[in-house]
Amino acid sequence: MSLSYQLDEKHEMVRAAVREFAECEIRPVAGALEEKEAFSVSLTRQMGEIGLFGMIVPEHLGGQGLDYVSYIIAVEEIARIDGSQAATVAAGNSLGLSPIYYFGTLEQQQRYLPELCRGDALMGFGLTEANAGSDAGASKTRAVKDGDDWILNGSKIFITNAATPITRGTIIQAVTGSDSRGKPEHTCFVVENGTPGYTATPMKHKLMWRASNTAEISLSDVRVSRDAVLGQPGDGFKQMLSTLDRGRLSIAAMGLGCAQGAYEAALKYANERVQFGRPISKQQVISFKLADMAMKIELARNFLYRACWLADQHQPFGKEAAMAKLYCSEIAKEVADEAVQIHGGYGLMKEYDVERFYRDQRLLQIGEGTSEVLRMVISRAIGC
Amino acid sequence: MHIVVTIKQVPDTNEVRIDKKTGTLIREGVPAIMNPEDKHALEAALCIREELGDVKVTVLSMGPPQAGNTLMEALCLGADEAFLACDKAFAGADTLATAYTLAMALKKIAPVDLVLCGSQAIDGDTAQVGPQIAECLGIPQITYAERIKASEKSVEVESGFGAVRRRVSADLPALVTVGKAINRPRYKTMKGIAAAFRDKGVQLLTSQDIKVNPGRIGLTGSPTSVKKTFVPELGRAGRIIDGGPETLSLGIIHTLEAENLLPKS
Repeated sequence: MSLSYQLDEKHEMVRAAVREFAECEIRPVAGALEEKEAFSVSLTRQMGEIGLFGMIVPEHLGGQGLDYVSYIIAVEEIARIDGSQAATVAAGNSLGLSPIYYFGTLEQQQRYLPELCRGDALMGFGLTEANAGSDAGASKTRAVKDGDDWILNGSKIFITNAATPITRGTIIQAVTGSDSRGKPEHTCFVVENGTPGYTATPMKHKLMWRASNTAEISLSDVRVSRDAVLGQPGDGFKQMLSTLDRGRLSIAAMGLGCAQGAYEAALKYANERVQFGRPISKQQVISFKLADMAMKIELARNFLYRACWLADQHQPFGKEAAMAKLYCSEIAKEVADEAVQIHGGYGLMKEYDVERFYRDQRLLQIGEGTSEVLRMVISRAIGC
Repeated sequence: MHIVVTIKQVPDTNEVRIDKKTGTLIREGVPAIMNPEDKHALEAALCIREELGDVKVTVLSMGPPQAGNTLMEALCLGADEAFLACDKAFAGADTLATAYTLAMALKKIAPVDLVLCGSQAIDGDTAQVGPQIAECLGIPQITYAERIKASEKSVEVESGFGAVRRRVSADLPALVTVGKAINRPRYKTMKGIAAAFRDKGVQLLTSQDIKVNPGRIGLTGSPTSVKKTFVPELGRAGRIIDGGPETLSLGIIHTLEAENLLPKS
């Protein structure tokens, strides 16, 4: 078995392509969109045009036909500039269209994937509820069979991309019965916007990712046909766990990109800012901070890519995904914090990007498995 | 219709520093990029293909093996085929030897209807290679295009020179050099990258393949000898104008007039 630590040319090309796009199209507007809490349809479409949605979906289903490493590099590069747009892309791919690609019927794939892969439409992933966060199995949203149809009642909260002007619908996880041991059985449904009784409302005043869309969803006697069942009834919990495993890779990529962006800003600032007669990067106390930041980022990147490589090789990667998400999100916190510290008072002002990075990283230790839940996942995986 | 776009891999001059002792570029650690005007030439070719339909776009470069990366980028952007003239014998070429080598490569990949080149490269800035290729091939050349209208048989080109605009047409085959004002190059797409690495590749052309006259290539074929390159030292010569508001404003106006910096009324 060979060991290679060099990315191949295709992956480097993906990085260069996304970096050029993010620098030219996202960087100039990121701060203003964030400040206004504005989800940008035009920027989302542009990201769709260069192929940032459906990256791992094969071409015959409308996707870009790339691998997981390519996708994760793309998310990393967007997050290096802006957490909000990275959230739109990461949730669009990992949570919106992936479940349809992996578990959907051919009819569902043909119905939804082409427009989702073009970035002309988005799909939410409705799992979390007001009283079912880390304890996802405790969800109260229910679906009851009525002839060939299902009737859904309940609510969801913190659902990314679920209430944008181009949202097509949301995959809703609901309790549809219980197994022989009395444990709840879950089923996922693709519920389209406009279905009577279904509403998705944007949630405002977030700390971070303010230009990405977050929604709360209410389902009141929502009737869907059996064609709306994602895959098979009863598969919902399994589908959700698998989706979260993959989703964690993209949250890890957001942590890595956020750390990289904050570190680059801090390095540039430290080389320019003169105190005591020389750039502060020449002060050992600052240069050691930057050295630690660079080291953490390298470690995070190497480990995350390995986890993605496992996914591309169809090998088990759940433990590695949990470790990568935990590590990348925690170093994003440390690096963004030190980046603000290096900027001093200026780091507290919105004119400097580190202020945004500092806020954006905070979600990463909470969404798609809190740091505490991930430690639980890892400890179980290592035999505790 | 077959369009060939010439591409040069250049150091990103935004990142380049000059060695003050030798006057040469410090290329170490500097990322290599596609010459920006060549990117505009490629975009022009891709637009012609989209407009006319039955058009093949080939990209051609001369350079060391790593210049293949830049040609891969052109394939990712949508070029159909890529050739790299790559041979130790080509090394040290000035613009004339480069143009001759590229012209011979063009003869090898003929028939070619239209050759598009960036006007000039950001590292050498000579703007000579395009016109010299046309001379080597004995075909018409039109320079500094800002708009190109191509048909099966001819090409019509509009160029701008300050207040003057020029519109020229030529029968094909012809060579056109392209400036930055012509278009806005597209971004690479993920699908384009996937397709380029799956279906396309860079084909190498050696001095044997393109049947060159050994006396006209590389250092041997280069009459140019560079005596010295240097960055002019520009000092800031400040001038202080003293006095009350009236003296001050007149003083500024007179200074600007003397330096020819005011628009003539």
